[in-house]
Amino acid sequence: MSANLSATFYLISGILFILALRGLSSPETSRQGNYFGIAGMAIAIIVTFLSVGNFGSGFIYVLIFLVIGGSIGAFIAFKIPMTAMPELVAGFHSLVGLAAVFVAISAFLNPEAFNLGGIGNIKLASLIEMSLGAAIGAITFSGSIIAFLKLRGIMSGAPITFKGQHFINLLIGLTIIFLIYYLCRTQSSNIFWTIVAISFLVGVLLIIPIGGADMPVVISMLNSYSGWAAAGIGFTLENTALIITGALVGSSGAILSYIMCKGMNRSFFNVILGGWGATDQASSAQSKEQKPTKSGNADDAAFLMKNASSVIIVPGYGMAVAQAQHALREMVDALKKNGVKVSYAIHPVAGRMPGHMNVLLAEANVPYDEVFELEEINNDFANCDVAYVIGANDVTNPVAKSDPQSPIYGMPVLDVEKSKSVLFVKRSLSPGYAGIDNDLFYRDNTLMLFADAKKMTEEIVKSL
Amino acid sequence: MEIDPFIFRFSIFILSIFVGYYVVWSVTPSLHTPLMSVTNAISSVIIVGAIIAALASNPDKIFETSSIFGFLAIILAAVNIFGGFLVTQRMLQMYKKKKK
Repeated sequence: MSANLSATFYLISGILFILALRGLSSPETSRQGNYFGIAGMAIAIIVTFLSVGNFGSGFIYVLIFLVIGGSIGAFIAFKIPMTAMPELVAGFHSLVGLAAVFVAISAFLNPEAFNLGGIGNIKLASLIEMSLGAAIGAITFSGSIIAFLKLRGIMSGAPITFKGQHFINLLIGLTIIFLIYYLCRTQSSNIFWTIVAISFLVGVLLIIPIGGADMPVVISMLNSYSGWAAAGIGFTLENTALIITGALVGSSGAILSYIMCKGMNRSFFNVILGGWGATDQASSAQSKEQKPTKSGNADDAAFLMKNASSVIIVPGYGMAVAQAQHALREMVDALKKNGVKVSYAIHPVAGRMPGHMNVLLAEANVPYDEVFELEEINNDFANCDVAYVIGANDVTNPVAKSDPQSPIYGMPVLDVEKSKSVLFVKRSLSPGYAGIDNDLFYRDNTLMLFADAKKMTEEIVKSL
Repeated sequence: MEIDPFIFRFSIFILSIFVGYYVVWSVTPSLHTPLMSVTNAISSVIIVGAIIAALASNPDKIFETSSIFGFLAIILAAVNIFGGFLVTQRMLQMYKKKKK
């Protein structure tokens, strides 16, 4: 296949990828969009086979490895529970990153195969592109591994910080740039390997200071990195499909990180530099014991909700941990039978990744047109009889609106306190991730339901 | 003076960033998780480079250092392609409208 023809086909797969993302603008078009993505991928792979034109024994091995990898991927995709989606995505990011590193290494070892010049005489631009691709890929890989371990709970979600951390990161970053410059001068393979090795280290150092609840930002950021790594390799291979895809994925991840940061009213750098939550625990510990709260049981909650005309449900990460989404759905069904109007309110940073709550609710067969974003539903709390907060905390804290001293001041929050009564399912009065006390616990219209989210919801279903 | 082909590729890159910017802003927030898994899947188009690397070796010696890295990258990317698209499909199947 001629180079021009294959380039045209790569362009087509690039366009199909754009359409795949475009499809996600609404759930109805999204499934079709996914097929566009699959078609784009199939075209890219077939065109590559045809343009390399080597159908010898090597080709058989390529197919074998493709099938092995594909079967593993398919197996994971069918087996993975929806609650494990954040760690799955982090794990997948790490694979893209590592694949980028491997392709870059391979291009460095055998530049003739990619038309990049000879060993020791690789074109300057290609050398820069492949070392950047390798470096970003390596950072994506090790960073995603750390994110995966934190999300999976194998590693503690608490931020790991040490003195001079940011200075060391800066120093290593500058070292990488210097080494790339030096690599271009010398073409030395040792320097190339050093760049890869140091970049793996950067990925680890970059993610360890970031705490568990900031994971939505981390995952989006690593998503973005995996795109830039792919684009870097795309320049090396002079491949349009890869360049287009890399740019799409890169900007997609960047936008998601931005949305997540805005959802917490924090700057990107504030999140990346990490350590939030470690600082404020001391101040919150003193004041929390004395204030009175009202607590109730499942029957009280069932009574309140049965007699309400509208109920808004506010799910958070606690719902995912307790796997309470199915019980919640049963409760809502029972309420609807009683003629209660029920809707769901989702905060942008609820859960551990963008859209986490929506997927879990969809899994429990909650129709997506009953689920609303913060801006859409926030005014409705004033007219609602009961707000049922399940597993959310900081995103409902009215302190974010009233106390300029609070670390979460200015963060957009759900106006849960405006509803006539608030049911707050929580295991204890302990503060949420931000380490600050939630004022909502002590309001007159709040009834605390101290229990596991799933158990409490199931009990409410029974008494309804 | 002739324009370096790099500039053309760079133009494609920059324009694609803009396309990505507008397309992604129009993605509904409830589909942000599928968005991440599908971007994951499509960024595995890096398999193109892996295939070239794997097939570049001479026919007598299929497994030399550079092609071994290619084969490894094929496995990783294939896990991602199949896993990414299928899990996205699985998620999207779950999004249903209210029964009227």
